[in-house]
Amino acid sequence: MNPAIGVEREREVLDRIERARRRKPVLREDRITMAHGAGGKATHTLVSALFLESFSHPALELLEDQAVVAVNGSRIAITTDSFVVSPLFFPGGNIGDLAINGTVNDLAVSGARPLYLTAGFILEEGFAVADLRRIAESMATAAAAAGVAVVTGDTKVVQRGKVDGCYINTAGVGVMERPVSLGAANVMPGDAVLVSGPIGDHGVSIMLARGELDLACELASDTAPLAGVVDCLFAAVPDIRCMRDATRGGVATILNEIAATAGVAVAVDENAIPVREEVRGACEILGIDPMYAACEGRLVAVVPGGAAQAALDALRSHPLGAGAAVIGSVKADPPGMVLVRTQFGGTRIVDMLVGDPLPRIC
Amino acid sequence: MCLAIPAQIVRLIPDSDLATADVSGVKRNVNIGLLDREGVQPGDWVLIHVGFALSKVDEEEARTSLEFLRSMGQAFTDEISALRNSADERERSG
Amino acid sequence: MRFVDEFRNREIAKDLAAQIARLARPGRQYRFMEVCGGHTHTIYKHGIEDYLPANITLVHGPGCPVCVIPMGRVDDAIHIARQPGVIMTCFGDMMRVPGGHGSFLDANAEGADIRMVYSPADALKIARQNPSARMVFMAIGFETTAPSTALTLLAAEREGIENFSVFCNHVTIVPAIKAILDSPDLRLDGFLGPGHVSTVIGCRPYQFIADVFARPVVVAGFEPLDVLYSVHMLLRQLEEGRCEVENQYARVVPWDGNPKALQVIRRTMELRPHFEWRGLGFISQSALKLRDAYARYDAERIFALPGVRVADPKACQCGEVLKGVLKPWECKVFGTACTPETPIGTCMVSSEGACAAYYNFGRFTRERLQEAVR
Repeated sequence: MNPAIGVEREREVLDRIERARRRKPVLREDRITMAHGAGGKATHTLVSALFLESFSHPALELLEDQAVVAVNGSRIAITTDSFVVSPLFFPGGNIGDLAINGTVNDLAVSGARPLYLTAGFILEEGFAVADLRRIAESMATAAAAAGVAVVTGDTKVVQRGKVDGCYINTAGVGVMERPVSLGAANVMPGDAVLVSGPIGDHGVSIMLARGELDLACELASDTAPLAGVVDCLFAAVPDIRCMRDATRGGVATILNEIAATAGVAVAVDENAIPVREEVRGACEILGIDPMYAACEGRLVAVVPGGAAQAALDALRSHPLGAGAAVIGSVKADPPGMVLVRTQFGGTRIVDMLVGDPLPRIC
Repeated sequence: MCLAIPAQIVRLIPDSDLATADVSGVKRNVNIGLLDREGVQPGDWVLIHVGFALSKVDEEEARTSLEFLRSMGQAFTDEISALRNSADERERSG
Repeated sequence: MRFVDEFRNREIAKDLAAQIARLARPGRQYRFMEVCGGHTHTIYKHGIEDYLPANITLVHGPGCPVCVIPMGRVDDAIHIARQPGVIMTCFGDMMRVPGGHGSFLDANAEGADIRMVYSPADALKIARQNPSARMVFMAIGFETTAPSTALTLLAAEREGIENFSVFCNHVTIVPAIKAILDSPDLRLDGFLGPGHVSTVIGCRPYQFIADVFARPVVVAGFEPLDVLYSVHMLLRQLEEGRCEVENQYARVVPWDGNPKALQVIRRTMELRPHFEWRGLGFISQSALKLRDAYARYDAERIFALPGVRVADPKACQCGEVLKGVLKPWECKVFGTACTPETPIGTCMVSSEGACAAYYNFGRFTRERLQEAVR
């Protein structure tokens, strides 16, 4: 085939594929699989094709980490999260820390001041009271550190085997004191993309803590409350476009969500992405891309291009943002895609996560 | 499934075919039963695939092949400079 | 990371790319097949094609051991997993491969217990820890992986772990390469040999490619510089009129392979008369099964398999992609009906499959991608 014709045919096929991808997702499975919980394509399809059919509200349809709603003239942010991590106790914390910090972070990234949390426990018959006490104490410490209070809760117990030890569900409420509306829709070409620290610490720590893979190293979960980091960032950059809490599905998932919602391209430099050596090593051994590995104390921020340095300095001024970096920028073309300039200098795409490489991370 | 990665042997586990290997600070016990036992010492580098060492990494060979690649680039750069210099020469004398 | 990062050096890559561009004759099309799925993956993951001139095409071959497993074998595995007391273990890539009635992931949703492991040794550990369960390890992979399965069988025997068995789907690389070379559809100028398979079988088995089929072979490593330099070596051979087997990956590949590894394979396994490869049909002497002496560890003998041959869906063109006849985007269902989350064929499921690699990493024309990251 004449090479020029080949390139043209390829372009046609790729355009056809892009149109197919933009179609409304269809839920084909008749049973839930682990992939539906991974935070990637299957999760998105489940939400769009099932939940959004039943629940509709302008705030919901934005599909941000939280919903910002108006109540009697005040703007409040609300969020909910469930925690099913295994193992319950791991280097760097436990399920209780994740519950507080994860909820706080979902509120903080909207620019809201996190205030009040709920905590609902689903406990397995036979679960050790000493473990439950440890979890509750961790939550108290984490809540105090984050400046929030657990103001209501619930407890249910189910028979042995119906739940794995302890599951926690939370809801969080915060107040929008800043007159901002952050969101992926604000993102535009020329913007800069930052991450607040090394990625993948949590996902890899959990994998190692499970003990099934026989890997050992000095690594801990990065679970932490980010409200303070967000405050530093706002002080330096009042017009932040969008912030996201990087959890399951990792940084790659967030960048894909932003690119798709805003209809832009996100171009990232692999050499600029902060990754600890141990996380790199574990990921290379297992054949996993650190960009998909979960974090629990990292945020991704998109700011106007001119504010990149100010944003970086602001993040780094906070202890939890010490390892922050500018990892890429937003372009107009090709819309909806996340691209990487590899360590080697070549280019590749980073697509939405398919499947579930690291089950039950958070 | 051909994923294999170089790792450094940290210690041999006595009375077994196992050794602790390290990749960037991540340690895993690997089976060195496919290698000649006497030839494996702590500090050696091996290629690991699904938890088994398939081969030793010949560090000398790795070093020389990298140097060769670098020199190829250098030779090419030298050639290009030489080419440019002679073109300049011709211009000046022409 | 030592022995990894140095071989990802951008500066050396630029020089190499210039050398390759100089060596490749303008107006001539070069088609080099890389046989190993690991090469497919690394080429896309690192964007190596950005360093090659337009007249060099890297054709992806059938070297992805997950991709070549026929749907019927997946069904057989699920059948085993559904038997009472069975815990099945497999490598991660197998979890989403579609059989005739769904994948392992779907089977789990319906109550089976199929778990992902990193190593066959981990499978043996699960057997040890669950003496009342019947632990079946689905062994896949080329000669790279077979020795690890073999050593695990020997360990099971030594330790008397009788609740452990292997569902053996190991395949051998040389018959697949022969099938490619015998195929009339294909025009290839040379081969990038499978670096990790060669640590076990050595470089001699590829001699027939040079001697009988007159194509040069370079046994290649998996880091970007390895691949680039191997392409350079192939071009040199063509320029100098040589036709040989060369070893680019000598830091890890011994010319004679690993005798101990070959020995443990031979001790525990033997060649099947023939085996079905998805897309390539039945190939004789191309796959391994457990020897009679290890019958009690052979899942195929312990469990009665349906053994039903399931034809690939009509729309599926995996066979042609595996042979390198079609590029992924040339398959009629690529990216529309067949995507990573709704795969029709195996090429889209395995992280080493050509279609998955192209869809996940390279799914854009080179110029647009490069423009965007500039």
